[in-house]
Amino acid sequence: MNTSTATAAGNGGTTTPLRGKRILVAKPGLDGHDIGAKVVALALRNAGAEVIYTGLRKSPQQIARVAVDEGVDAVGLSILSGSHRELVRQVVECLRAEDAADIAVFVGGTVPQEDHADLAALGVRGIYTSDQPLAEVIAALAAALG
Amino acid sequence: MSSPTPKPRLGTHTMAGLEVPLRAGPELVDPGRIGEPGAMPFTRGIFADGYQGRLWTIRQYSGFGTAEDTNARYRFLLEQGQTGLSVALDLPTQCGYDPVDPMARPEVGKVGVSLSNLAEMEILFDGIDLGAISTSFTINGTAAIIYAMYLATADKLGVPREKLTGTIQNDILKEYVARGTWIFPVRPSMRLIADSILFANQATPRFNPISIAGAHVRDAGATAIEEMAYTLANGLAYVDELERRGGDIAKFARRLSFFFYVHQDFFEEIAKFRAGRRLWAKLLSERYGVTDEKALMFRFGVVCGGSSLVAPQPLNNIVRVTVETMAAVFGGAQSIFTCAYDEAFQIPTETSAEIALRTQQILAYESGIGRSVDALGGSYVVEHLTNQMEDGIAAVMQEIDDYGGVEKAIEDGWLQMRIAERALERKQKVDRGDTVIVGQNFFARDDSERGVGETFQVDPNAAARVLEKYERIRDTRDAAAAERTLAALGRAAASDDENLMPYLVDCCHAYVTVGEMVERMKAQWGEFQEPVRL
Repeated sequence: MNTSTATAAGNGGTTTPLRGKRILVAKPGLDGHDIGAKVVALALRNAGAEVIYTGLRKSPQQIARVAVDEGVDAVGLSILSGSHRELVRQVVECLRAEDAADIAVFVGGTVPQEDHADLAALGVRGIYTSDQPLAEVIAALAAALG
Repeated sequence: MSSPTPKPRLGTHTMAGLEVPLRAGPELVDPGRIGEPGAMPFTRGIFADGYQGRLWTIRQYSGFGTAEDTNARYRFLLEQGQTGLSVALDLPTQCGYDPVDPMARPEVGKVGVSLSNLAEMEILFDGIDLGAISTSFTINGTAAIIYAMYLATADKLGVPREKLTGTIQNDILKEYVARGTWIFPVRPSMRLIADSILFANQATPRFNPISIAGAHVRDAGATAIEEMAYTLANGLAYVDELERRGGDIAKFARRLSFFFYVHQDFFEEIAKFRAGRRLWAKLLSERYGVTDEKALMFRFGVVCGGSSLVAPQPLNNIVRVTVETMAAVFGGAQSIFTCAYDEAFQIPTETSAEIALRTQQILAYESGIGRSVDALGGSYVVEHLTNQMEDGIAAVMQEIDDYGGVEKAIEDGWLQMRIAERALERKQKVDRGDTVIVGQNFFARDDSERGVGETFQVDPNAAARVLEKYERIRDTRDAAAAERTLAALGRAAASDDENLMPYLVDCCHAYVTVGEMVERMKAQWGEFQEPVRL
């Protein structure tokens, strides 16, 4: 799959809490709203992470495969179409099938509050929305990934 | 979440970075650059009689679940005084997948209505007079197909094609940049767009076969200046394509329309529309020698809402939409869609959709802001910003030309990267508190309600009903006719110069599905390869 990898250059010290982490930012399904995914990807890179972005319209199988092949610590799924329940469940199942249930899954996009508990039950480690400051998202990821 | 500082500043620049003079005066106004309403260069609007001649179309974007569900919502909106329909389609229909496709299944009926074949569209418009109402479709990758389906629906209902009014968005260039419902590579997509426009000019002379849209790149991160610049640049790319195909610009330019986003910066938005209208007329006149005044007219619709609406304290969004709608009116929009206050996080409820509709009716009939043409024309600040905006738009268009044109900028991923960087800047400004969002980064309350009152849920059985209907149509349609029309479509797609529209209409009449038509064209043209850059 055609993906893009990026790392921060010469950006040391306390501003890079995600240094050493590899994170896959992915767009499952048909949703074409990729700007949130790209903004988060750029912000994670600036925070020191090595970020891989899948591009649009990837199947859960493709995403799990890339996550395993690239040996990432976490997968961030961006979904704004309202299909998060099905798509997250499928990605989690695909990761499990790949024997990669240890890869942390995060979700960003339009996820109503009432769906948070169900996603958490699937094993999702964090859910973020566009009104949250990027620093908050980065801090939460850094804490979750140790 | 705590606020960055207790009290935000007013600021001295617009969102796009234009300096706003503290005291603007007559020295900033050049009457020669402004002109009169309804005449070149159209700064003051395309009609001499403004909204007195014809009010803007009140057109609420709507669609979800099954065609039956959406038909009921349309009837409700029309009964409440809405004057045009705007069809929201689900992602499978937009991306060219039938509902049974594994990629499609989770998305069926979610962000819009599922329309996989003619039978669904017949249900969608049941009891609605297509000869009397104008219908807009936000459709791009499969625009030619949905337009063909609309023609087939009209044929079946006995509505003469020449009576049809409405719009298909049909602007693929911005899909590659921001909205993401592309299917084919750039070249065959441009061909399909030229096919549909040239066909529509003959078959449905009152129908707009394209709405060149800046709204989505703006929503993604572009500034107001970039929004207009990218849109005009895309517009010129379509003009060039149509001329290459032998189209008569005096004719096709009359039916090019545009679509924009209105953000919160009131005067900047008004200036953007006035500047864009003026620059478009100048470009067509100077570069292409267009003299027909109707062909120079920059007709546009807008969406008020979008990414300026936020989830915290959602009732505040009603105020935001009101301000944005006023800017659209002072900017001279032909058609306005006002988002519902809950649209930032869900499909609107009937109540929230009604408030959005009433907002327009109050502005139109109570406030009186539309009584005088271009009521803010001559305002020192507005004229100054209009000039600044026009110069800024022209400069960004020049940058694109210098890069090698929009098609190259898109295929390389250059434009996409620019917008992503701009989006990060926009987000950082909000996070720092340089951009104020009331209730979110200022004046936030930790206990503030994220949702208000009722929530909307698409019927969970909608997808199952869509699939059941899909299987039924595939089982009951005339299989030979479906295969015959599909084969003809495949042959026409393989040729270089055949207009595909008649073949698509034939397919629709034979109840061939959207996914089947797309697969047949993909077999000839392949798929767009997204340039993934970070």
